[in-house]
Amino acid sequence: MRNYLKYAVVLFLVVALLALGGIGCSTKEQGGATPTQAPEPYKVGALFANSGPNQPLGQPEVETVKMLVKKINDAGGINGHPLDVIMYDTESDTAKCATLANKLIEQGVVAIIGPTSTGESMAIKPIANQANVPLISCAAGSVIVKPVGNYTWVFNTPQLDYVAIQRLYTYLQEQNITKIALLTDTAGFGKAGKAWLGNQTLLGEYGLTIVPDGDQTYGSSDVDMQAQLTKISGTAAQAIVCWGTNPGPAIIARNMKTLGMTIPLLCSHGIAFKSFIDSAGAAANGVIFCAGKLPIVDQLPDTDPQKALLEQYKTDFEAEYGIGSANTFGGHAYDALNMVVGALKAVGPDKAKIRDYIENNIVNWPGTGGVYNMSPQNHNGLPSDPKQAMILVKIENGKWTWLQD
Amino acid sequence: MSSAQFVQYLVAGITSGSVYALVGLGFTIIYAVTKIINFAQGEFVMLGGLLSFTLIHSAGLPLVPALILSIIAAAAVGAAMYLLAIRPAKKASVVSLIIVTIGAAIFIRGIAGQELTKAFVRTPSFSGEQSISFLGAHIDPQALWIIGIMVVVTIILHLFLNYTMVGKALKACAINPVASSLVGINPRTMALIAFILASALGGIGGVVLAPLTPLSYQAGVMLGLKGFVAAAIGGFGSPVAAVFGGLLLGIVENFAVAANWGPFTSSYKDAIALVVLLLILLVRSGKLAEEERAG
Repeated sequence: MRNYLKYAVVLFLVVALLALGGIGCSTKEQGGATPTQAPEPYKVGALFANSGPNQPLGQPEVETVKMLVKKINDAGGINGHPLDVIMYDTESDTAKCATLANKLIEQGVVAIIGPTSTGESMAIKPIANQANVPLISCAAGSVIVKPVGNYTWVFNTPQLDYVAIQRLYTYLQEQNITKIALLTDTAGFGKAGKAWLGNQTLLGEYGLTIVPDGDQTYGSSDVDMQAQLTKISGTAAQAIVCWGTNPGPAIIARNMKTLGMTIPLLCSHGIAFKSFIDSAGAAANGVIFCAGKLPIVDQLPDTDPQKALLEQYKTDFEAEYGIGSANTFGGHAYDALNMVVGALKAVGPDKAKIRDYIENNIVNWPGTGGVYNMSPQNHNGLPSDPKQAMILVKIENGKWTWLQD
Repeated sequence: MSSAQFVQYLVAGITSGSVYALVGLGFTIIYAVTKIINFAQGEFVMLGGLLSFTLIHSAGLPLVPALILSIIAAAAVGAAMYLLAIRPAKKASVVSLIIVTIGAAIFIRGIAGQELTKAFVRTPSFSGEQSISFLGAHIDPQALWIIGIMVVVTIILHLFLNYTMVGKALKACAINPVASSLVGINPRTMALIAFILASALGGIGGVVLAPLTPLSYQAGVMLGLKGFVAAAIGGFGSPVAAVFGGLLLGIVENFAVAANWGPFTSSYKDAIALVVLLLILLVRSGKLAEEERAG
């Protein structure tokens, strides 16, 4: 028994050491050059899910922030002050995210960008607001900023979830499709989407109905959705709207091909990754999703106000992280950090002035998500007309193509 | 439900069931020889999938050698796990050893996430992606590979356990470790062989599953749970019972989606495994306790 205890203790120590090592290199990632110059660095907080279920979205955000901080500091910082972004991994955990938000506030950050998901954003919305620290969320949940109400310190940069759904519904209406089936992920993103997808007012507005037996769900770690799809194929549904992020929609696309289903599959911007095409293979062809303009930047006309900026972001990001790696999620963090940097440049490290600047001076401001027009009533800033806010992308021959409708 | 739909649900169920069966087989073999429930079993499926992806895409190996190497590598990890984590703690109680396996699972998962990839990966199908029509249902050729390989592996395992000296020694050790060590069978060697077999089975599950569905470093958790339920349905007894347990679970899961029993919609697909597990534990708890006393 004593012998066993010895081993157990050794094992525990090894595990503990490894865990600590892991924390050391993954949770506290400080960007930026060492502040050797006299000017005080500007401290900005960043919270992203660099592990856990939201990792596919959080990772490009982390990478974007690292890249941008390096770029800004290499160019001499903000008005001579180095930018110091204190970044933590929320591990996709709302409770952890709240703790880290408090920690950032104690460390004296002038603004917080992130977190990745709507759930985490809702958890820290009151914290940031009460501490009077501007929070620019990178999550799409409309609940974060609609209505602004007392939460005057909270903003977000992605296209709002219901705008994305309206974008797909607009297309369905134009295609004279009236009967649809839903297939949504049971986790956060899919669940929030399902609530809006099934909203009767919204459905009525676009003349859509969900067929009986057509409201199906799947678990994030399911390996096969043939059962749900077989069920849908027995209904009168003319199209399937799927809300979820990797790898669910890729499995669904493949399963649909296997089952010989030919009705269109429409997805959320949660599949705007190259890995979707890699995972789904030939079955990815024909899938339609709504997104910002980044995936089809090469097909944009030169007159588009976002084109130059999107190309710049894509080139910078892909030079650092590989061809085809740039995606709209990293873009949300890019926009959020750029807003804060713009404010710091104009008004310096004053939290109240930064808030005021973002609310009033982000006007006709091109970002990766769109052209922002913030106002005291609108803390998202993107157009509410779905056709202006988002575009449709159709996958053809393994490539993203702009579906202009 | 039309007959085509019925066949479709059945085939989908047998396909997922075959993977659960391969995991369940691993649970059963280790349990029989060591009385340990190896909660790292699902991780070997994940390793099989991720390693085959890495070997094909990063090392550029052709399909077959990559698959074989992945299975060998998964088996090597299983052997290392036994030698480094289980054997040194040999005098610990079975419960402590089970906890060690949970630790090993977290360790393997963490290393795979850091060193292999954090993304979801899929390997190329063994024989194309054109689905095959069968009685009105459509079947992915990879599903046939999965079912076929599971059947072949089960038969080989059965022959190995019953008709080879090592296999018989394993069985002897499972029946009575004291008596078998008296006749010269080393129970520690047998335990090592059990771990190697079980992790190789997991690895096989991983390499055949990866072309059908994208896997990530976290995929082992749910697959391990399903495999555990498969083994539990089989009563942790014979390997064949674990296979039937896996198939049954896969089929029940898929028909549960089809049936729409009252509030049970597809949201509850994953809960089915847990409900089945609870039922088994309730029904069998008396019997398990009896076995415990007898053992």
